Amino acid sequence: MRTQNATAYRFLAPYLLIFSVFWVWPIISSFLISFQATRTVPWRFAPTFNWGRLIGDPAFFNALKNTLLILVIQVPVMISLAIVMAVLLNSPLLKARGLYRFAFFAPVVVGEVAYSAVFRLMFNLDFGIINKLLNSVGVPKIDWFSNVTPAMAVIMIAVTWRWAGYNAIILLAGLQSIPDDVYEAATLDRVSKVKQFFYITLPLLKPVIVFCAVLSIIGTMQLFTEPFLITERGGPGGGTETLGLLLYRQGFRSLNFGYASAIAYTMAGLAIAITLVQLWLTRDPK
Amino acid sequence: MSSLSQARLVRSIVLHLFLTPLALIWLFPLWMMVVFSTMPDNGIFSPGIELLPHDSFLDNFNNLQRGTNFVGAIGISVSVAVTYTFLSVLLTSMAGWALARYQFFGKGMVVAIILGTITLPYAVVLIPQFIMVARDFQLANTWVALIVPPLFNSLGVLFMRQAFSMMPHELFDAARVEGVKEWRIFLFVALPLARPMLAALAIILFLASWNNYLWPLLINSQPGAMTAPVALGTLIGLTKVSWGGIMAGAVMLTVPMLVVFVLLQRHFIAGIAAGAVK
Repeated sequence: MRTQNATAYRFLAPYLLIFSVFWVWPIISSFLISFQATRTVPWRFAPTFNWGRLIGDPAFFNALKNTLLILVIQVPVMISLAIVMAVLLNSPLLKARGLYRFAFFAPVVVGEVAYSAVFRLMFNLDFGIINKLLNSVGVPKIDWFSNVTPAMAVIMIAVTWRWAGYNAIILLAGLQSIPDDVYEAATLDRVSKVKQFFYITLPLLKPVIVFCAVLSIIGTMQLFTEPFLITERGGPGGGTETLGLLLYRQGFRSLNFGYASAIAYTMAGLAIAITLVQLWLTRDPK
Repeated sequence: MSSLSQARLVRSIVLHLFLTPLALIWLFPLWMMVVFSTMPDNGIFSPGIELLPHDSFLDNFNNLQRGTNFVGAIGISVSVAVTYTFLSVLLTSMAGWALARYQFFGKGMVVAIILGTITLPYAVVLIPQFIMVARDFQLANTWVALIVPPLFNSLGVLFMRQAFSMMPHELFDAARVEGVKEWRIFLFVALPLARPMLAALAIILFLASWNNYLWPLLINSQPGAMTAPVALGTLIGLTKVSWGGIMAGAVMLTVPMLVVFVLLQRHFIAGIAAGAVK
């Protein structure tokens, strides 16, 4: 390959143009906006206005706490479940593989609004199918959306349902790239299947697992639609409000772009920290 | 030998005994979506347990259509998703081609920046994008607003770069020797060879556009300009609302995608496995 600057940039031009206008400039712009008071006309530079408010705002810490709580519980549960799904779907003993794959992968195509509506209806207090089923086995009905803990549980269940199969697809591709002879050798040496899973599969799959975990964390960190639609704008009483929802309320309900930008950059800071942890976890052990 | 095959049989039974209930639980919300969409509202809000479809889908659909012009919103969603998919596949494969096949100044930096955006929360660009499109360009409630800003897609470019760099360069060198222009090589040699990858990418991009919620919710909030998910979302949480109608809408958004998924499963899975969309 010889150097072909002009040709290469002609192919890249439309993509880079979109990138510059809709990503590079906004990244800089929202950083600058976060240092401005945006509810006066014209906006004025006030470096501590939004950031000062942020560090003293109970609503921000409530949303941060909820978001981190969902992250810490939901992501590990979902990734573990996705690993189990991928490993079992990959088993040569499995019959009717297509049906099982359909069951686990189908949620991947379901839109946030559609499944939020279904989950909201399923967990309805009086008429939801979940409470009816619980009742039929003698469990008293649960008021899912009036108490914080069950409301959080519904959010986590919904997100896990929607994304576990997605992660299982990526993990399955990772599993299939592990050469068979590794397992054959282990089987010949009479290493049990369980030991093979912990000593061969998991270590070799680690980079893929970390990749899935990072994408899931960054996705869950921006969680918006589920608390917006399923628990009715972060209810009960802000109990399921997330950073994504707070950003929406501040930015697009109160039209307080400066404060919303500060929230956005807090999320970016968290994402960068998580990415650095990922790089550290998958570093070459040399 | 027979004890070995017996052990295999036991393992196989345990496997199916564990996986079957899990699969049924996973299918349950989708099944209930279909059941709810066929039940009259007084059936949804009755004390009995109903697990089988009824015959009120059309009534529910009519209720939905009365509350919001859902068919019109579906029309917008389809048109936007088709246009977006075409443009995005074109843009990302052009960029992927440049990154795979040419040496040029700044290449490392371009790749590094694209990789960097994968882990950057979308929230960081959301507010300036909104200010720019709605206030500076005055494009709120237009198709352009729905299609153009999401055209930047980092994983799509990396996917196409991978696809093009796996092709043997002799394929293209022969054409070059004969003096064929680079854009013709790209269009008529490289793209046809990348058809399976393009299909995988197109499906994932179409799905992303079809299901996109937050950006269309913000930028196209006028009733006549809403996409189908946004139109459906406005009904959720209203006190006087037909839940059967909402479920009919959910089915109309979901079932076509499920059919596509079943028919094109291989491409779908290839696209996701490559992480073609965030």
